[in-house]
Amino acid sequence: MTVYDSIDEVRDELLKCMKCGNCMEVCPVYIETKKEGSVARGKIRLIDALLNGDLDYTEGLEERIGLCLTCMACVAKCPCGVKVDKIIFGARAAIVKNRGLHPVKKAIFSVVKRPKLFNLGMIAGSKLQGLAFKKHVSVTGAHPRFPFGLDMRRIIPPLAAKPLRSQLPEVIKVPNPVKKAAFFTGCSMNFLYADAGLALVEVLKKNNVELTVPKEQHCCGMPLLAHGDAETVLQMAKSHVDIFSKLDVEHIITVCGSGGTMFQHHYVDMLKDDPEYAEKARRVADKIIDISDYIVTVIGLDESKLGTLNMTVTYHDPCHLNRGMGVKDSPRIILKKIPGLKFVEMKNADRCCGSAGSFSLTHYDLSMDIHRHKSDAIKATEADAVTTGCGSCIMQLADGMNRFNMNLPVYYTIQILAKSYEAKEMEKKQKS
Amino acid sequence: MDKNLINELVSLLGKDNVLTSKEDKINYSYDATPDVQRYEPDVIVTPASKEDVIRLVKIAAKHKIPLVTRGAGTNLSGGTIPVDGGIVLSMLNLDRIIEVDSANLTATVEPGLVIQRLNEAAAAYGLIYPPDPGTVTTATMGGSVSECSGGLRGLKYGVTKDYVMGLEIVMPDGEVIHTGGKTVKNVSGYDLTKLFTGSEGTLGIITEIIVKLIPAPKFRRSMLVIFDNLDNAGKTIADIISNKVIPATLEIMDNVTIRTVENYSKIGLPVDAEAVLVIEVDGSIENVVLNEFETVKSICTGNGAVSVKLAESDADRDAIFAARRAALPALAQVKPTTILEDATVPRSRIPEMLKAIKTIGEKYKIRIGTFGHAGDGNLHPTILTDESDKEEMERVHKAIDEIFSTAINLGGTLSGEHGIGMAKSKYMEMQFGKSGMDVMKKIKQALDPDNIMNPGKVFWRG
Repeated sequence: MTVYDSIDEVRDELLKCMKCGNCMEVCPVYIETKKEGSVARGKIRLIDALLNGDLDYTEGLEERIGLCLTCMACVAKCPCGVKVDKIIFGARAAIVKNRGLHPVKKAIFSVVKRPKLFNLGMIAGSKLQGLAFKKHVSVTGAHPRFPFGLDMRRIIPPLAAKPLRSQLPEVIKVPNPVKKAAFFTGCSMNFLYADAGLALVEVLKKNNVELTVPKEQHCCGMPLLAHGDAETVLQMAKSHVDIFSKLDVEHIITVCGSGGTMFQHHYVDMLKDDPEYAEKARRVADKIIDISDYIVTVIGLDESKLGTLNMTVTYHDPCHLNRGMGVKDSPRIILKKIPGLKFVEMKNADRCCGSAGSFSLTHYDLSMDIHRHKSDAIKATEADAVTTGCGSCIMQLADGMNRFNMNLPVYYTIQILAKSYEAKEMEKKQKS
Repeated sequence: MDKNLINELVSLLGKDNVLTSKEDKINYSYDATPDVQRYEPDVIVTPASKEDVIRLVKIAAKHKIPLVTRGAGTNLSGGTIPVDGGIVLSMLNLDRIIEVDSANLTATVEPGLVIQRLNEAAAAYGLIYPPDPGTVTTATMGGSVSECSGGLRGLKYGVTKDYVMGLEIVMPDGEVIHTGGKTVKNVSGYDLTKLFTGSEGTLGIITEIIVKLIPAPKFRRSMLVIFDNLDNAGKTIADIISNKVIPATLEIMDNVTIRTVENYSKIGLPVDAEAVLVIEVDGSIENVVLNEFETVKSICTGNGAVSVKLAESDADRDAIFAARRAALPALAQVKPTTILEDATVPRSRIPEMLKAIKTIGEKYKIRIGTFGHAGDGNLHPTILTDESDKEEMERVHKAIDEIFSTAINLGGTLSGEHGIGMAKSKYMEMQFGKSGMDVMKKIKQALDPDNIMNPGKVFWRG
């Protein structure tokens, strides 16, 4: 039995909460709203009331349970070790079962779960996006032309002309492979930030890693899980476990914390009672590794490949990369090793940027109020560029630049590493 | 609650600041207090100014509706639970720092300000606000003044009431009074500042607070000392003080707590130790601090300490304090319900109190971990139990009764820093006698004749 089968399964987690309120210090939503219903302690009490029959599946409950970024800051802070994210996902699944899925979300999710259709839709989207979005002047991005469930003020990055996976062979061979890894691209890198994906491939090639990029891979399911469509996510989990467990690789590289967390924790959790999948899911989870950790801990950062980059860079910790997968040192190690690069730590680097995937679409104003703290922290570093390790954060950071009149480029850490590699090539050429 | 009244509140504060949904009522029916009944308010309001508060109080006074003032709701005595329903005033929107006055060493703040924000503002002037309850990063100034919270530095630096210099209060009839002020010396009239500090919202609503700030100490030295015998630890505490050293921190953890902390965070505490002391001396003259440190060290060794671990670096110090800070979280993970008491005795009676708590735990077959502020006699016997186990809870309640009577018999008090609220009101007469309670009741009746300010607190209803 998982929390997605029955909300009763969260009872033990609820009991652990002693209502101390320590979550109030770190909850980005509560810091803005200052209302008890928006902090973990308050939500836990509401779900407790639901289980005890003191509260129904009301619209008010749905609204409040919706007010969570699942940034896990409270989970890290909680003295009693309450897994608040698990409670929230379980509660959202139960709410969807009882109140149904919002019709717009239902339509979107039914496409997302069918990879071919989703792929096709996104490719069509890249060709037709000019119709739906008008270009924004200041940054690379566009405003939605029509209100299709997204906030009209939001800047949407342009879809890649060609999705990353369609630009890559399924197996990227290198002459003398030292390692074999699979690459889970995630949707944002595949459809929006294909260039970053190409940079990653280049870096791994230069380190003699043979990379397999399974064509059949699809959305990790995090957006659906966040909105309570656990049933669909379960199918996606099984499909991904099948796809990745048949590969002969030592590691599976991920490039966003949410995707990695899904494979590492949520799939395992959802499939723990499934006799066919439990063990398989665990084996896949054990191979999951973020690209920055892969570079630092598996292949080793080869300093002889690093060229000079004269820039000041700061780093934003994506919530699911940091608190979900436990990756916070490797990106900093990479950045600090690059010659010429000045690394400046921003204040509260591990605080949520307010994106939380689609939260930024459903709660745009609140999301931007939360983001204001992030953009202030970035401004204070006087950096030339921001790096991070998650596509959803990049989208939010870029939107925030526009919103708060800043003009810094936002990169994946791996892109900076690739730039440093390129700089080295240039240095070599100039010498010879 | 009358619909017209809700409309009146809405027209005063706007729809977003008047919460009446079932969900909101559930969310303001509790605070951090374990093992107490929850009560839902009729409405929750979020005023944004003193003027809002005055108008709200006048409405409540006119209709004789209970008013429960709430900060972050982190208290441990049921202080913000609306026992009689009525209006909960969430003060979190009144959160300005009005000024930091470095010439007079004071700060003036609004009640909804989180304590840590004041510390951050004071730090810019090289000043500190010493009261540091465990909830310093979440609790509000208004809440901590109303509960008179303490913290780890009580022995040397005192508690909240030692820092509150003046208050602005909206009285139960809506009139505004000002008590105290910025002057160090002030003997004009009754000391109303002290009366309202720790009055748990039963006499009026604080809308502005003037506090004293002090220069931040420049030097500090810390150590962690292990004893295999409780009496030796007790004698050490007494000897440190009688040797004229007043440590900033003098904390103790008992064997149950040590075992639990070690099991939880594996920091290398010996699980067979009977007591661990965490000691820090501080000050602004390095030689004085170092001398005090040497004195404390030799007292510990002289009293048979098994080991004295000195902090050589900031990282060492952090590790030592992490051990102490892990006490409550570690204990809280053991069982579903954690009841944290704060019975307090004169510091010379600490060993007796610790032994009595141990005996009480054995007698009622319940698990109690005790840690706390040994230097000021404020212990936290922490009962690890399960609210859903009715039979065990009966034993727990008997044990709590006995802990309180023991504390009072040793010349102590029911509460060192958590307040009475609804959780401890039944023991009040045991400490003060009928005549003592009568005096308090007369004060309450004189100031709040209709009993609208946080009713059902401090005074036992039977």
